[in-house]
Amino acid sequence: MKMIVCVKQTPSTNQVQLDPETHTIIRDGRQSTVNPFDTYALEEAVRLKERLGGQITVMSMGIPAAARLLREAISQGADRGLLLSDRAFAGADTLATSYTLALGARQIGEFDLILCGKMAIDGDTAQIGPELAEHLGIPHISNVQEILECSERELLCRKRTDYGTQILRMKLPGLITVDKGINEPRMASIAGVRTSLQAPLDCLDAAQTGADPARIGLKGSPTQVVRTFAPERRGQCVRLPNDEDQAAQALLALVREKQGGREKGEDA
Amino acid sequence: MAAIWIDRERCVGCGLCVRACPQGAASLSGGKACVGEDCIGCGLCLSACPKGALKRREPDRSGPSEGWRGVLTVAEVRQGEIQPAALELLAKARQLALQLGGAPVSALLLAEEGQAQAQTLIDHGADVVYLRQGPGMNQALEDVWTQAAEQAVRRAKPEILLFSATEFGRSLAPRLAARLQTGLTADCTALEIDGQTGLLRQTRPAFGGNLMATIQCPAGRPQMATVRPGTFASEPPQARQGQVETLPETPGQGRVQLLSQQPAEQSAGIETADIIVAAGRGIGAQKNMEEVYRLARLLGGQAAVSRPLADAGWAPYERQVGQTGKTVAPKLYLAFGISGAVQHLAGVGGAETVVAVNSDPEAPIFQSAHYAVVGDCLQVIRRMIRRLEG
Repeated sequence: MKMIVCVKQTPSTNQVQLDPETHTIIRDGRQSTVNPFDTYALEEAVRLKERLGGQITVMSMGIPAAARLLREAISQGADRGLLLSDRAFAGADTLATSYTLALGARQIGEFDLILCGKMAIDGDTAQIGPELAEHLGIPHISNVQEILECSERELLCRKRTDYGTQILRMKLPGLITVDKGINEPRMASIAGVRTSLQAPLDCLDAAQTGADPARIGLKGSPTQVVRTFAPERRGQCVRLPNDEDQAAQALLALVREKQGGREKGEDA
Repeated sequence: MAAIWIDRERCVGCGLCVRACPQGAASLSGGKACVGEDCIGCGLCLSACPKGALKRREPDRSGPSEGWRGVLTVAEVRQGEIQPAALELLAKARQLALQLGGAPVSALLLAEEGQAQAQTLIDHGADVVYLRQGPGMNQALEDVWTQAAEQAVRRAKPEILLFSATEFGRSLAPRLAARLQTGLTADCTALEIDGQTGLLRQTRPAFGGNLMATIQCPAGRPQMATVRPGTFASEPPQARQGQVETLPETPGQGRVQLLSQQPAEQSAGIETADIIVAAGRGIGAQKNMEEVYRLARLLGGQAAVSRPLADAGWAPYERQVGQTGKTVAPKLYLAFGISGAVQHLAGVGGAETVVAVNSDPEAPIFQSAHYAVVGDCLQVIRRMIRRLEG
């Protein structure tokens, strides 16, 4: 089983706080981590490898410092890393990023399954997985909650939908994005950390991936941010009584108001 | 090449841009600012600079808009049934089309039997419905929908293509964006036409709701966006005439096969609830969740939780509200013991009225709430239950 796991370096958004006065972002020693959703994808790949054997390549597009995260992934069970890093990749939106990752996947060579996190906690678009699948011309299933069966030819899984769950069978090679809660990612072992220091880690720049310069980075990104602004804060909020019983009464009156609005006409 | 460049003549090296940059991409070197490759083009440094020394690098994107006209919406259906989100999109599409000088509005529909539903879409504003019907079309399979949507785009050649930001829409839209080689903005909360350029201005929360970003897609067509359900209001139906165009059935690729499906265990999801009783760490102990559920039931609503509670296993992830959970749009959101981290608030933006009950008067949630109770949330829950149970 040959697998690729895509990981993204994300800031911990918990530490992104806006200064209420200046509307600028307060930065204090933020550290980047692997996007939490991607850690589930990696763990799922490691579990498949333990069952079926095979090899896991962990891939990221990012600054050279992202190599640290790839080593971290190797210490948790991946076999090798591929970092796509070039100034020309910077400023990429999801289309340009997924194109770049597709080139990386082709460089890795044959694969049976690509695993991605469902989304990144900083961008929150959930677009990279499906777009990557499309660039590679392979099927994809998003929001996978559980892998039921897997071989090199097909994968049977349960996915979360808007209304419940679906059991789906997908021909491989294919791509899945995994939901959180699919597993509990393991900690790196001492042996794993030691291995990761020696493990092969390739780094490719734009030219080495064979990228079309018009399709990468800012230049290859059809979307542009034209304005950023602080969201409107609601005006002064109405203080209800602090006394618990009076508060309960006031809240129930609010509930009735809302329910009344909904059922107007039916009660007449 | 970073999205921002520095006019070194104007830069005085004050470092305000360095402080403003959320990515750590701006730095000072040789007494002047410089922008590194971490830059994501968010533009925060632009407003921070007192000298106007930072500029956005505008790629040359002269419009390829010729031949593309109108708005196509992808109808959100469940088992062939039109969902409210589909009608909300159509209402917005009509507004946009009007601003574009009366451009046509169309909708894509896949259903086993779709004629009646197609008329519903027409009555709610579609001029043309692209309909693919036949056995198996009620299955929500991305492969089939992507193929049909691509056919509809090739026929309609819409300037704008809208999806609902449901799990399905968020999975389908990017496949299409990659296939059509165009841009896609996720989870828009506002859409409008730029009066000067005629481009679609797409606004969405960024950085976990800390910031709003307005995004445009000057060169790619169609301009694609997903919209959170409940963001826009639908219009009442009117008897209208429209056209139904049948899309040819093309052999499926059969790459993904649906074996079975099951509705969610706990009936309706929190996304469609009118009243949500949400609990945070302030409720104290897992056993108190019982009372949260009970209050939700008594109010005819749904129980929800903040992330720490879902992570602790006090409630299933299906009930988590926030950036990494669900986005909700209830009439009334009762937040008990939730401090109001921005990630949580990002999921509550669609609520009509937010009530916060928290013992900490400084809790950030009070800044986003319409009504506030400073007090013991568990006590308030209990008093409400007592009053309801008489």
